[in-house]
Order: sequence, then C-alpha cells, then structure tokens
Amino acid sequence: MMKKKINGMRRSPKALGIVLFAGLLAVGTGYTAVNAAVSPKVQSVRTAEEIALGKKLFLSNCSSCHGKNAEGTANAPSLIGVGEASVDFQVSTGRMPGAASGPQLEVKPVQFTEEQTSAMAAYIGSLADGPSIPDAAYLQANGNPTVGGELFRINCAMCHNAGGAGGALTEGKYAPNLMKSSAKTIYEAMVTGPQNMPVFNEANITPEEKNDIITYLTYLQNNRSVGGEELGNLGPVVEGLLAWLGLLGLLVTITVWLGAKSN
Amino acid sequence: MSNTSTTPKKNGFLAGTANYVDERVGVGGILKEFGRKIFPDHWSFMLGEVALYSFLVLLLSGTFLTFFFDPSMAETIYEGSYAPLKGAHMSVAYSSSLDISFEVRGGLLMRQVHHWSALLFVAAAGLHMLRVFFTGAFRKPRELNWVVGFVLFVLGMAAGFTGYSLPDDLLSGNGLRIIDGMMKGVPFVGTSISAGLFGGEFPGTAIVGRLYSLHIMLVPALILVFLALHLFMLVIHKHTHYSGPGKKDTNVVGYPLMPVYVAKAGGFFFIVFGAIMLIATFFTINPIWNYGGYDPSPVSAGTQPDWYIGWLDGALRLAPTGIEFMIGDYTVSTNILLPLVVSLVFLAIVAVYPFIENWVTGDKREHHVLDRPRNAPTRTAIGAAGVTFYAVLWAGASTDLIATNFKMSLNQVLVSMQIALIVLPFVAFFVTKRICLALQRKDREIAIHGRESGRIVRLPHGEYIEVHEPLEPHDLYKLVDFKDYKPTLARPNAQGKITFSSRIRASLSKFYFEDRIAPATQTEIDEAAHHNHEIEAEVKKAIEASK
Repeated sequence: MMKKKINGMRRSPKALGIVLFAGLLAVGTGYTAVNAAVSPKVQSVRTAEEIALGKKLFLSNCSSCHGKNAEGTANAPSLIGVGEASVDFQVSTGRMPGAASGPQLEVKPVQFTEEQTSAMAAYIGSLADGPSIPDAAYLQANGNPTVGGELFRINCAMCHNAGGAGGALTEGKYAPNLMKSSAKTIYEAMVTGPQNMPVFNEANITPEEKNDIITYLTYLQNNRSVGGEELGNLGPVVEGLLAWLGLLGLLVTITVWLGAKSN
Repeated sequence: MSNTSTTPKKNGFLAGTANYVDERVGVGGILKEFGRKIFPDHWSFMLGEVALYSFLVLLLSGTFLTFFFDPSMAETIYEGSYAPLKGAHMSVAYSSSLDISFEVRGGLLMRQVHHWSALLFVAAAGLHMLRVFFTGAFRKPRELNWVVGFVLFVLGMAAGFTGYSLPDDLLSGNGLRIIDGMMKGVPFVGTSISAGLFGGEFPGTAIVGRLYSLHIMLVPALILVFLALHLFMLVIHKHTHYSGPGKKDTNVVGYPLMPVYVAKAGGFFFIVFGAIMLIATFFTINPIWNYGGYDPSPVSAGTQPDWYIGWLDGALRLAPTGIEFMIGDYTVSTNILLPLVVSLVFLAIVAVYPFIENWVTGDKREHHVLDRPRNAPTRTAIGAAGVTFYAVLWAGASTDLIATNFKMSLNQVLVSMQIALIVLPFVAFFVTKRICLALQRKDREIAIHGRESGRIVRLPHGEYIEVHEPLEPHDLYKLVDFKDYKPTLARPNAQGKITFSSRIRASLSKFYFEDRIAPATQTEIDEAAHHNHEIEAEVKKAIEASK
C-alpha cells in the first residue's frame, strides 16, 4: 500500500525533460510574440545570403577592432544593437573602417560598394534591433523649411553653426560641415548619434520634423548666398580677414602707387 | 554789336558767381589760405584718408538703409521672399532687415557696402594709428590730436557694435547677450546698468530702438565732431614729413592742396569707394538670413563679433576660469572683470602714450620731422609688443575656427594662446629692439664707410681690399639726421631732494635710451672719407704701375 503510493508519486525520469521542453516552448513563443508586438517596426527583409555576405565582410574588415561577433574590444565599441542606420552612416561616408585612432573619425573615400555596405548593415541588423535605414518618404526634402530652420537653430546650430558650416568641440573633436551631406546621412546621424553627436530619437524630433530639417539644409545646399561668395559661411572672422588683407591690402597698394615718385 | 567782341567779357557766369560769393563770405581769402596749404607726399600719409573716405561711404550707404530699416522689436510674421523663413515669427527689425536684403532694389548691395566700409573704416583708422605711433608723429605739438584720433578709434568700435546689433538676428543677439553678461559682471552696479540699457531683463523689447538712436544719431555725430577737430588740428599743426635734404622741424616740404591734392584726394576717394563697391558686390557679408531671428535659447557655433571687437571677445575667451570667488552671498566674477580691466588698461596706455614718452624724454621741442622706426628702438619695440598683445587677443576670438580648420585641439589652442599672450609681447619687444639697433648700426656703417661696391682690389703687397663708395649727400642725409637721446640721471629738485618721480623718470629714461647707437658725426664721416681717399690713391698708383 505504502509502496504503491510511493510508486504513484514517483516522477517518471522522462517527466523532467517533458516539463523543461514545454516550459521553454511556452517562454520562447511567448517572448517572440510579445517582442513582435512591442517592436515598433520590422527590419527590412534581408535574405540569408545577404547576411552571410555581410558577416564575411565584417569578419575580414571590422572584426579586428569590433570583435569576431561584433561584441566590441578594448579598441572599439560593441556593434550589437547599433542598427543598420549606424553601419550605413559610418561606412557610406567613408568614416569606417577608420584609418587611425584619433579624436574623431574623418570622412574619407568610401571603401565599399553599396551592396557590400548594405550586406554589412544587414548582418549588424540581424544581431539585434536598432535604428533601421530611414524610410525614403522622409528623405524627399519636401517638408517645411521654416520649421526645419527653427529646429536646426535650436537643436543643431550650437555645434554645426547656423549656416551648417560646422564648428569646434573639445580636444580636437568637431561638428562637421553639413553642406555636402545627403538627406539620408543627415537622417541617420540624427537617429544614431555618431561619435559625439547626441541621438535625436522620434520622441525628440519626429520623422516629419527630421524631414523639415533635411528640407532646410537641402535649401541651404542648393541656394548659395545671394550676396556673392560666402567665404565658407564662417562668419565675421573670415570677413575681418578679407577686409584687412583684401580690401585694405588693395588700398594700401594703391597708396604706395600714388605716393611713388614719378621718374 | 561790335563792342561786345572788342571789350573783354568782364563778368562771365563763373567769375560773376565767384565774385558774388567772395564779396559776401570772403571765400577768396579762405581758398587762398587753404589752396596753398602744403602736404608732403608719402603713401603712409594716405591711410587716414582711407578711413575718412570709408566714413563718407558709411554715411551715404547708412542714410539709404535708414529709409527702409524699422527698429521695432514688435513681433511680426515674415511674408517676404526668403523661403526658409516664410511664416516665421520674428521682430519687425529683423523682418525689415530681410526686406532690405531681398525686396528693396539695391538694398542687399547697400547693406554689404555699409558693412564692408565699416570694417574698412576701423581697419584703416587702426593702421593709420600704427603709422603715427611708429613714426613718432604723436610728439609735440600733436599729442592732443593723438588723443582725438584715439577717441575716434573707440567711437568707430562703438558705431560698429551698435550697428552689428541692429538686425536682431541670432548672431547680433548672441553678441548683445555677451555684452549683457559683461555688464552684469561689474560689481554692484552691473545688474542695474544692464536693466537700464535693456529696459528690464535681457533681451526685452527696447534694445534695438535704443541702439538705433545711438547708431544713427549720437555716435556718428560724435565721430563728425572729433573728425572735424582732428582735421582742424591737422591744418593748425601742418603735416609732418620724413627726413630728407631741406626737410626741417621748421618747414613742410610738399605740394599745395590746390590743385595737386584736391585732384589726388578726389580721385583717391573714388578709388576707395570703388574698391568697397567691388568687394560688396562679390563677397557676402553677414548673411543675416542664415541666422534666423533672435531667440535667447539657441546659440550658433562660430559666433564671433566683427573684427574690431574681436580682441575683447578674445580677452573673454582667454581669461582663466575658476578664479571667481564669493564675498558673502555675492559672486565676484573675476573671469569677466579681469579681461574687462586688462582691456581698459590697454586702451588707457594707448591713449596716454605720447605724454609718457614726453615725460621720459623731457623734450619740449616741436617735432615735425618723423622718426624712422629704427631710430627710436625702444618706442618701436614697445609698439611691437603692444601690437603682439592685441594680435594674440584678437586671434583668441577665433580659437574655435583655428582648431577646426587646422585640425588642432580647441583646448590646446586656448592654452597656447594664454601662454602666448604673456610671453610673446616680451619676445616681440626684445627681437624688435635688437633688429632696430642692428639696422642703426648698419646705417652708421654705411654712412661712415660708404656703400660696398663689390670691387675687390689686390694691392701690390698682396693685400685684398674691397672698395667702398661714398654716399651721395642726398642718401647720406636720412642716415644721419635723427634725434639721439641719452639717458638722464635723477636730479635733485630745488630743495635738494631727489623725488620718487624723478627716480622713476631716470629709470624709465635708462630703459628707453640705455642701448643707443649714436648717429655718425661729420668728423667720423670726414675721417673715413680721408682714409678712403688714401686707399683710392694707392689703388690708382698700383694700376698705373702695372701698365
């Protein structure tokens, strides 16, 4: 009687495996379901081949600093979760792969084709969610330039200069000139916050407002100063230099000519 | 009918008018007096003229701008043609500045003409001041005119700054904010001064209108008054001239105003006007549309004042931080006070320099012959040190641009400039003084021994000599004609006491004139000439013998 009872209470050796399996199954599907519901947008569809090519490129070009699994090393940060936009920004402007360590990565000739860049972005995007490549709808520069200008002056001008000419940061770092940046680059910079730039997420500046800023900058890029040569948009210092060396220099030369004794 | 052709036409229209005016205001006498005014000819005497003409251009272009500018800070909505500001809320002042740039025919050109000529006005005045300083033209009887000129320079800065702040764009507002901060940094009264100027808390709604009154009325009126004084004294004193044969402290050698300088100066005005028009046509200045209307929250990178305020901005930037301290509840903002005091002391030294030098030399004579800078080594060295000090402060205003454009660290640029501000003026002083003394030695050498001819002659006994050719008297003149001061000793006064001030004076005199190269005397030149003749004779003899 006792024995039977004990026997009945005894778990079968297989029970542990079954329970574990059922539990994992429930948690796994539940997580996936919840995750899918919470995640704001689905990453652009990427094929397995693209990701595989991206991984190959990553291993041969990036892994020496960013680690074999993009987990980061002492020399470079982890890329897990930085998103496709970040890869596209850094690689398509030539900043990555970096030539040397310094205060800031420089823009230099681009080293990868668009397909290669896209594949690497796919690989990094496949590791974890992050800012994705911006929707082309926000890159049309068809927003409101007045709102964009105002947002630019409030959020960006303190580093990038009101005319987008760029400016100095501490210890050799700087905010670059924006007069040659593409709409896509500007958008990606805002959402990923490369190097010293802060991130302007959708709560700070909505995608429509980002489009307004792009509209404003595109206007500046396409409509150079109506007042003549704009001297790099660098403001009164360059103007003063030209007043001294150009204007006063010319007039002093003329005074020398006027004062010269005739032969 | 025939007598009209035989009798000379007495009263033609011009002669008639001239006679009419002369009989009433005696213009003939005035013209006679002024027309015969003599001015010496030298390029460096035209720098002040450049400033004067750019001031005329400023008046003309400024008058045009007042037709369209509205200094109101009332809020309006921009409806002009510059797309990226359409519908933006802004002040009427900014909106009317934009209209001048985009709607008024020729408005942008006039704005640029006005701004470029403002930069030129102060620059030319500054260069003119340097010429006057380095040639010693500020000596008796012109000390007061130096002070008047100095006031004009400061008024030029004031006119520039009040104008810079009028468009009420982001750049000008940022500039005003700095001025506001500097005023508030002054102990006890600062906050009240700021509140008084801005009509309450910064930025308020009054400042543009107030600056406009100053900019178009008070400051230009003062400039005109001081300009009149400056020119009046120029006529009274007569112009200085550089040393040369026949040029003395008692005369002026040059050409008369009529007709030479009236034509020359008239033409030169149009050259200056033309050069300003050219630069205003081809180069943008202060693109206010880029900056947007003023809003106290944003600040743009690369916010700088116009060049003539740059040195003050540099002083602020280079001031060491972390030296502020508290007295009770009150913060003493030394980071603002220190640059303020340093700039004011610098200006004060510039203003009173002629009196300092005059006191040291004790020279009561009138000086109408200018110094060559090398012949006043200590003054020239002091000037070089002052220019260096100013230049480092000036460069300090563009630390950020230097850092980004030359790929350097902003922090290191700043620290290097702080060091340079203290060290470089001393370096400039010593280097300049040594260069002056070396040039004086060279002059003396040439005056005594003549110019190296490059002819090497071998004498019969084997000696090689280079033949020096004596100078023409005309060239010799400027090498030997300069005033040579010697250091004076502290002397007891009537009571037999050596006062503290006479001690200071003696040590300053030593500082000024301790290192001196005396001009070559006639005896020395004659002796050398005699020696030269002997050599020449020997050379001739040798040549004769070889034939």
